[in-house]
Amino acid sequence: MNMQTAITMTAAETALVDAYTAQIGELPGEGAVLSARDSLLANLRQQGLPTRRVESWHYTDLRALLRSVPAFDPTAFAQRVDPLVSGSSVLAVLNGKADTKNLPAGINVRSYAESLIDGVAAADLVERDQDDAIGRINGSFVRDGFEIEVPEGTVLEQPLEFQLVQSAGQSHSRFPVTFGANSKATIIERHLSVNDAASLVTVVSDLILDEGADITWIILQQQGASDSHLAQVNFDLGTNAKLRLFIINAGGKLVRQEVHGVTTGEGADFKLRGINLLGNETHTDVTFTLGHDVPNTTSTEILRNVLFDRAKGVFQGQIRVAPDAQKTDAKMACNTLLLSDDADFSAKPELEIFADDVQCGHGATVIDINPTHLYYLRARGIPENKARAMLVNAFVDEIVEELEDEGLIETLETIIAAWLEKHA
Amino acid sequence: MLEIRNLHARIAEDGTEIIRGLNLTVKAGEVAAIMGPNGSGKSTLSYILSGRSDYEVTEGDILYNGESILELDPSERAAKGIFLAFQYPVEIPGVATMQFLKVALNEQRKYRGEDELSTPDFIRRVKEAAAKLQINPDMLKRPLNVGFSGGEKKRAEILQMALLEPKLCVLDETDSGLDIDALKIVSDGVNALRSPDRAVIVITHYQRLLEYIVPDSVHVLYKGQIIKSGDKSLALDLEANGYADIIDAAA
Ligand SMILES: Nc1ncnc2c1ncn2[C@@H]1O[C@H](COP(=O)(O)OP(=O)(O)OP(=O)(O)O)[C@@H](O)[C@H]1O
Ligand SMILES: [Mg+2]
Repeated sequence: MNMQTAITMTAAETALVDAYTAQIGELPGEGAVLSARDSLLANLRQQGLPTRRVESWHYTDLRALLRSVPAFDPTAFAQRVDPLVSGSSVLAVLNGKADTKNLPAGINVRSYAESLIDGVAAADLVERDQDDAIGRINGSFVRDGFEIEVPEGTVLEQPLEFQLVQSAGQSHSRFPVTFGANSKATIIERHLSVNDAASLVTVVSDLILDEGADITWIILQQQGASDSHLAQVNFDLGTNAKLRLFIINAGGKLVRQEVHGVTTGEGADFKLRGINLLGNETHTDVTFTLGHDVPNTTSTEILRNVLFDRAKGVFQGQIRVAPDAQKTDAKMACNTLLLSDDADFSAKPELEIFADDVQCGHGATVIDINPTHLYYLRARGIPENKARAMLVNAFVDEIVEELEDEGLIETLETIIAAWLEKHA
Repeated sequence: MLEIRNLHARIAEDGTEIIRGLNLTVKAGEVAAIMGPNGSGKSTLSYILSGRSDYEVTEGDILYNGESILELDPSERAAKGIFLAFQYPVEIPGVATMQFLKVALNEQRKYRGEDELSTPDFIRRVKEAAAKLQINPDMLKRPLNVGFSGGEKKRAEILQMALLEPKLCVLDETDSGLDIDALKIVSDGVNALRSPDRAVIVITHYQRLLEYIVPDSVHVLYKGQIIKSGDKSLALDLEANGYADIIDAAA
């Protein structure tokens, strides 16, 4: 292990280590928070960024792909935009700094900076495992975000939107959110970039769903074509809790979205729905692990990927069923529409099943546009390019339609259609 | 309106010739019925008219209003007024029926240099046409043809035809899968479109449809050729005696 220190650091590794030295005086938190940061950075420095030799990073060699890291840019300016769904409560993080004006009522919310300052955050700043590069980078540099508790029984009628707007430099945010028993809410985690300047954005969300909580969490990632986006959602589902996690990647140059969950209460249900719209030179990786740790829990995962140009996509999905987690029902599917010979998608589904009375399955397909569908549309007068766009759209729209909320569906459809129009 | 001259066509993939020297003329205002045994090439002919690329024309020509359409792609042919009601309408998951209808209608209008329809105008037209064909509007909220019953799919084809107002309508076994009442409703829908500037080709196996949509001419297609043509009495004759005599006579 110590041999690793002998490796010359890459430009990005050097930039991260130097940025830490330069920034640490500015970052919120002392004592336990500071020592947690120090030890995460020490690990980062010692181990370097993960390469393809690290199994969980095999398809995304972060060390090779993260060529550079933009310097922190305290002068960069970013401002709020209208929420995705009108009427939503917006919690904005602008260039990494939480905007604490007009915090929504009905939930307990404070900026994560406060949590760092009073030291509560220290317990969060840990690595999931020794390959947790995202936890390591984010934990070293995290500056803000929001800490939220949705009280027991609270039903949020309107979505809550985390709006992360980035104009330049780096931002590292964190969102610990506890959903009380029987609470119900739709959360939109939205990543925007307002210009072409390269940014590095990391974000870690830690979700705890108490008994009977029913949550829809939508991640809409629309960063710029030169941005790096490293994100992680961790969740813990209690008894009869339901989490529907929608991920739409429609931007970024280097994107890694990790999702790690466990079901800890019987009757818990998890749904992952992912749409990866990949164009240009993007490298986008969705890595998912789920532990069905107790009996009678269910999950389904469906990913739809559309690739143009020289895009590269990765889906790693691992479902583990613990020895006594009988009656687990887990289904995973990853479907890819490859629209360019130069694009490439790697899918690695994995089931590790230690219980005997379970229903688990996975499938991965790579398809092309169905020629009969294309012909039918053309035979009705729709020109070929338009017909193609409709079918690509249809491929991903089946997922969007599952959202049930008409306003939200329409908004997302518009975003997807615009993206496809630009890249087709 | 339509003139098919010595048409030879084969399956693009394996070169099998299906249409072997077919001649057929259909005038504006005419309703022509095409009958013939299974596998004789009726659907293939309709696909070729629509421009499906699975088939290659190797000889002969198809003239529509005096001009060859062989070089036109399917969407251009459709926009020029050629419509094929499919024997097996295609289910397309993820494409909303209303969205599809609107795009098809407006793309055709655009091609012809007409203004796009406003949304209210479009919706009104769909509602009217659906009501005439007794189509439940809820069906139109579903993805295109997905989960429609056999008969519902056929009705949906005729709904599309009513909205798109084509000039040359080719109905490939639209009667199969329709119940008795639906057959009447759909036939009324087709008859409503009959006009001096429009031609209809009805492909069918049964005389029953031709009692509702009375043809001006009847043609027997066998092994890729029209082997006999006549008036509506030919269909009655076929119903009574089958194809054997005609096939023998042509051989
Ligand atoms: N794409 C294809 N690939 C292989 N064979 C084909 C293809 N298209 C048509 N054929 C063959 O060509 C012949 C004519 O088929 P077609 O569907 O045109 O018959 P049809 O007259 O419409 O029959 P039916 O009355 O049963 O509908 C059949 O033998 C059919 O199997
Ligand atoms: Mg047929």
